[in-house]
Amino acid sequence: MSRPLLIRGGRVVDPSQSVDDLRDVLVVDGVVAQIGNGIDPPEGAREIDARGLVVTPGLIDVHVHLREPGGEHRETIATGAKAAAAGGFTAVCAMPNTDPVVDDPAGVGFVIAQGAAAGAARVYPLGAISVGQEGKQLAAIGEMFEAGAVGITDDGNPVMDSGLMRRALDYAQAFGIPVADHPEDLGLSGAGVMNEGVVATRLGLHGKPNASEDVHIVRDLMLADLTGGRIHLQHVSTAYGVEAIRRAKTRGVRVTAEATPHHLLLTEERVEGFDTDAKMNPPLRASVDREAVREGLADGTLDVFASDHAPHHYDEKEQAFADAPNGIVGLETALGLGLTYLVGEGLIDLATLIQRMSVGPAEAFGLPGGTLVPGSAGDVTIINLDEAWTVDRDGFLSKSRNTPFHGWDLKGRACYTIVGGAVVWEADRS
Amino acid sequence: MDEQAVHRAVARMARELVEQNEGPENLALLGIHRRGVQIADLIRSEIERAEDVTVPSGSLDITLYRDDLMAIGPRPVIGATVLPEGGVDETAVVIVDDVLFTGRTVRAALNELMDWGRPSRVSLCVLVDRGGREFPIQPNVVGRVITVLPHQAVEVSVADLDGRWGVDIVPFSSEAEA
Amino acid sequence: MKQPNASLGKDLVGLETLSAEQILTVLNTAEPFKEISERRIKKVPVLRGKTIVNLFFEASTRTLVSFEFAEKRLSADTVNISSSGSSVAKGETLVDTARNLEAMRIDMVVVRHGSSGAAKFLAERIPSNVINAGDGSHEHPTQALLDMLTIRDHFGKIEGLKVCLVGDILHSRVARSNIFGLLTLGAEVAVCGPKTLLPLGIAELGVTVFSRIEEAVQWADVLNVLRLQLERMEAGYLPSLREYNQVWGVSQARLDQAPKDLLILHPGPMNRGVEIDSDVADGPHAMILQQVTNGVAVRMAVLYLLSGGAPDTAEAAKEGAEV
Repeated sequence: MSRPLLIRGGRVVDPSQSVDDLRDVLVVDGVVAQIGNGIDPPEGAREIDARGLVVTPGLIDVHVHLREPGGEHRETIATGAKAAAAGGFTAVCAMPNTDPVVDDPAGVGFVIAQGAAAGAARVYPLGAISVGQEGKQLAAIGEMFEAGAVGITDDGNPVMDSGLMRRALDYAQAFGIPVADHPEDLGLSGAGVMNEGVVATRLGLHGKPNASEDVHIVRDLMLADLTGGRIHLQHVSTAYGVEAIRRAKTRGVRVTAEATPHHLLLTEERVEGFDTDAKMNPPLRASVDREAVREGLADGTLDVFASDHAPHHYDEKEQAFADAPNGIVGLETALGLGLTYLVGEGLIDLATLIQRMSVGPAEAFGLPGGTLVPGSAGDVTIINLDEAWTVDRDGFLSKSRNTPFHGWDLKGRACYTIVGGAVVWEADRS
Repeated sequence: MDEQAVHRAVARMARELVEQNEGPENLALLGIHRRGVQIADLIRSEIERAEDVTVPSGSLDITLYRDDLMAIGPRPVIGATVLPEGGVDETAVVIVDDVLFTGRTVRAALNELMDWGRPSRVSLCVLVDRGGREFPIQPNVVGRVITVLPHQAVEVSVADLDGRWGVDIVPFSSEAEA
Repeated sequence: MKQPNASLGKDLVGLETLSAEQILTVLNTAEPFKEISERRIKKVPVLRGKTIVNLFFEASTRTLVSFEFAEKRLSADTVNISSSGSSVAKGETLVDTARNLEAMRIDMVVVRHGSSGAAKFLAERIPSNVINAGDGSHEHPTQALLDMLTIRDHFGKIEGLKVCLVGDILHSRVARSNIFGLLTLGAEVAVCGPKTLLPLGIAELGVTVFSRIEEAVQWADVLNVLRLQLERMEAGYLPSLREYNQVWGVSQARLDQAPKDLLILHPGPMNRGVEIDSDVADGPHAMILQQVTNGVAVRMAVLYLLSGGAPDTAEAAKEGAEV
């Protein structure tokens, strides 16, 4: 086993145990051994001087596309896991919409093996809901669970058949894993490529109405209510959707939901000029929706801050807007954006952001980690809140460069990412 | 030249044109946009008064035929091009301009005229010949020959555009007529 | 009186970003070009030696022919590339196609593409002048310019006129360019059509919305009747062409209810008996063929204005005038 690791003198922010104080953290044999003051280093321990830094449970991004297998020119599991580590994440959930789709235990095993080989952030696979993500026949959910899948989703392809969705929610309960849904009614989206509204009208781009998302959010909530299953709503972007989730939670529906950095920070105006790095699904919405998503994240309606990291090769985005694929990379910018614009501007405090990035996602998908309680996984992120830096997409460890945040000035960045007690990423502090 | 001098010169130019053409029949006057048009009008009324005939006339804007169009920046405004009534085929066309300098304008005007049809004869009539030719082009009828220094320009004023008739020698400036 | 003479810059992507002076410069420049098409020899040497590529990713007859006439009457050398049978159909991307053309040292590209923003995309990536001949549902600036020229020919002005665009506004690049250009020139603009074919937020662009043609006819000085793409019915926007004609078709009977004679425009090609009835299309107030004639003049004007040298040498234009 690796050397013991003693993180000394940092400000430990661990929302899982309501800690925000100066503490030492000792990790031995890959698990948190002790948290307290004046811990003596065991024999041969590595010490990290964390004075002036923030020490948090390892951050978790439950929504990333690592593109392998089939899209290795955009990202591989190894490059994605390294980009995650560089962004302060100790674990990510890999979406199954690869080529081939991860819809069987072999696919799950492949992702786990590649993730382990990468030696960076942990990679937890999600399996598909339906075979080939075609929305017809349930995939081998039980076998995938046995192989290590932490949830199921047809992300990228909404589950249009409500009957299938109901059965997925029923079936998955045997394994205690959530059904994650990309809520979108394709009929309402039609040929839409951005938010429906005056910007789309002016640009001559077809719009997707909020209702295309809302209809499926409400449907999913109803089905979760009906089945008692666990629904996880991905990348919620609309005001109505946030409100529907809030009300469902008060009724006791088992729902968790995500907010992405881009839906929290950007609006449809960003599409002006046909910038394909502002093209994503769900689209950037109106400012009233952005405000609602912010409120939802602040009050806990949205449990998880997730990047929806979606790498695309530069020439795939180098097209006319309607022809370009959806999505942006986010692993290396999410934390800095959250610290600068959500915490820095006072929407939420630091502990809340860390909650939405650690214990929140861990609980949503039943993942180990997300806490520094002794005995839990030795996954730790150490953050320098004072580091000012500028997003430079050419410096990304991700293979892809598609970000609308290039050139943004941010404050706050991970400086150590520790997985199982081993430092998998360390900022150049020279 | 003051207004009187211009009118005297124009009267003589009109007579010479008719004389060279052995009569006013078949003549058509084409003024080059912009001041050439005014001078052509003056000559036409002079001929019509003296000969009691109607002389067809028109105007041409040579902008699209310039040889320096690719070198100059945003495009000049194009004036109207009006063919004489009855066209130019088999007529004795007189190209009228205010000042003859390098000859490039006349070269352009000849090219444009050729695209209009086939005149039986083309002659050139200018109010002022200031020398400095860069093309083998000579006028058939001249109001006055004026020798000017390289840094000087000849400025022709016409009543419709400038409020008076006259010819002046002025220091060369970028405000040369368009 | 000072003639408007504003540079258009490198490209003509749309009318949304043009000033009134820029639009008027094009309309005024089109006037002398009308005459050239009436000559026996319909050609001036102004673009001699210029190479222009008409890059049409979507089928078009009218616009392509109009541009080609305009180019040839200005003595440019032209090459037409259409999507079928070209490398475009073989999977080459828009930007690769453009760069390949650029490598052959072309001067201008006239582009028609099915995706909104494609013309701007191209303009930002190649040094040649780019003229948008229609990009998706975004803009079709030369069509709107020729529509405005036709309106001005008739009324002597644009400002203060009431122009109603009728039909499929949602998918129409002609509608957007007309809305932007007409509003900039001070006209009042309305749209009229089934709500399934009106984009959300259209009123926020500053236009009046009529849901029934009867109301539009009472209000307007000009009706610009848009072509109804027949595939809209299959996509479920409309019950049937017959119903469309019954409810929104521009018929003589409807025009007879108008308080004044309305000028009728149509960008073509027409679906007679669908959006416009033959008695209107062939009637005395239809300017449809005049639009086609003006189209060549407007496109000549745009080609002429864009083909200029460095835009920062405005003074040189005046100096150079003494040739």
